[in-house]
Amino acid sequence: MNSITRYFKSLLLIELGQGLWVTLKYFFRPKFTINYPEEKTPKSNRFRGLHALRRYPNGEERCIACKLCEAVCPALAITIDSTQREDGTRRTTRYEIDLFKCIYCGFCEESCPVDSIVETDVLEYHFEKWGEHIMTKDKLLAIGDRYEESIAENRRQDAAYR
Amino acid sequence: MPETFLDQLIYMFFLVLKIVAIVVPLILTVAYYTYMERKVIGYMQIRRGPNRIGPLGLAQPFADVFKLLLKEIVLPENANKFLFLLAPILSLAPAFAAWAVIPFDDWAILANIDAGVLYILAMSSLGVYGLIIAGWASNSKYAFLGALRSTAQMVSYELAMGFALVGVLILAGSMNLSEIVMAQKGGVFDWFWLPLLPLFGIYVISGLAETNRAPFDVAEGESEIVAGFHVEYAGSGFALFFLAEYANMILISALTALFFTGGWLSPFEGVPFLGDTILAEGSIFWFLAKTVVFMFIFLWVRATFPRYRYDQIMRLGWKVFIPITIVWVMVAAVISVFGLIVRGS
Repeated sequence: MNSITRYFKSLLLIELGQGLWVTLKYFFRPKFTINYPEEKTPKSNRFRGLHALRRYPNGEERCIACKLCEAVCPALAITIDSTQREDGTRRTTRYEIDLFKCIYCGFCEESCPVDSIVETDVLEYHFEKWGEHIMTKDKLLAIGDRYEESIAENRRQDAAYR
Repeated sequence: MPETFLDQLIYMFFLVLKIVAIVVPLILTVAYYTYMERKVIGYMQIRRGPNRIGPLGLAQPFADVFKLLLKEIVLPENANKFLFLLAPILSLAPAFAAWAVIPFDDWAILANIDAGVLYILAMSSLGVYGLIIAGWASNSKYAFLGALRSTAQMVSYELAMGFALVGVLILAGSMNLSEIVMAQKGGVFDWFWLPLLPLFGIYVISGLAETNRAPFDVAEGESEIVAGFHVEYAGSGFALFFLAEYANMILISALTALFFTGGWLSPFEGVPFLGDTILAEGSIFWFLAKTVVFMFIFLWVRATFPRYRYDQIMRLGWKVFIPITIVWVMVAAVISVFGLIVRGS
């Protein structure tokens, strides 16, 4: 009996019809696709994107060349040279991040005692020439100046959970 | 018949004009059929499909065509050059030539010949040579395997397809495509799909197999043999195979519309209220609409089913389809002999 029903089921293509019905239903479903450049998915305030070096409101750079980020970096992407400035503070002469080595883990940001090195939520960037992927201190400071507002806002939202 | 040389010239000119009037829209349909395929399959996978090039992505097929045509033509080192270049043409030409006998309406037909069905069968059988030669001439094991597979498959399904058509021929009593359509006159329930329901289903499924479409696309089998018979083709050679495949799909859709769902006849014929309006009159519009429905079914099936295994394909063709068609051909003969349906009522 069972084999007879199975025979007629397969002969009348019943299961295939059910399959077709499923795809037809999906045909009219709203689509998941995001039209990327025009539409964007929401981003977390903890998003780890392009790096930046921040400044204090008076314009002084925050970094004190403690080299904790260099030490913690699992990909060895950070290189720091430091010197003593005329006013006796320790400052970096060179602060470079190789973005091809970087794995965007965010350890540098977590290790920083003065919240100097941060990862912004910028994810749309590219390099056109060899060497541009090495982010120098000037470039990092410039990024920090440019996105200071969103950086500060994201840190403020996340502060309660730190 | 034309008598003087001038008459012959004029006759030739109009013949060429008619051919252009069929082939150019056909090529455009192929272009937009690829677009429709990507959209339909995308929608069934809850994606949007191409929408970047032009409004709604409508320029996408042209971008693809230009990309393919501007590419370098690659000739494999050990290929048989002559056959390698001949194969795409051999598979494309029959796919287009078959359109000569397709009646779009009772006046719109290029060659109204009495052996139309035979001509169609001959042309669709010729298409397989392009495939075999492509697979052989490429001198590549993947291409060769693809060619072997598709040969076996097309040979087996051509039988089922031919038998399905025998049922149509018995009921219509003619091999002329226009007469086959006119024999179905009288409304939806006079079309041949109803008395020949099993043959209708088998014809559609064998059509999928004949054109090497999913779920019968073992000849291509991207996951096993890369792209089957056309692995070694790039650029314009590949474009020709592509064109041939889609032209064949449209052809099978059009034939299904002609043989089983009454070609250009209106589905509203004989329906109360609508029966007297313009909707009930047969027109090219109905033929195209029916063709598009079957074209959609091709894509729908591709979006739904996984590929058949090779031995399952053979089992289905030889052990299921052929017995069913033979039985139903006899049923059709009984229907015809005892006059259970009235031809062209």
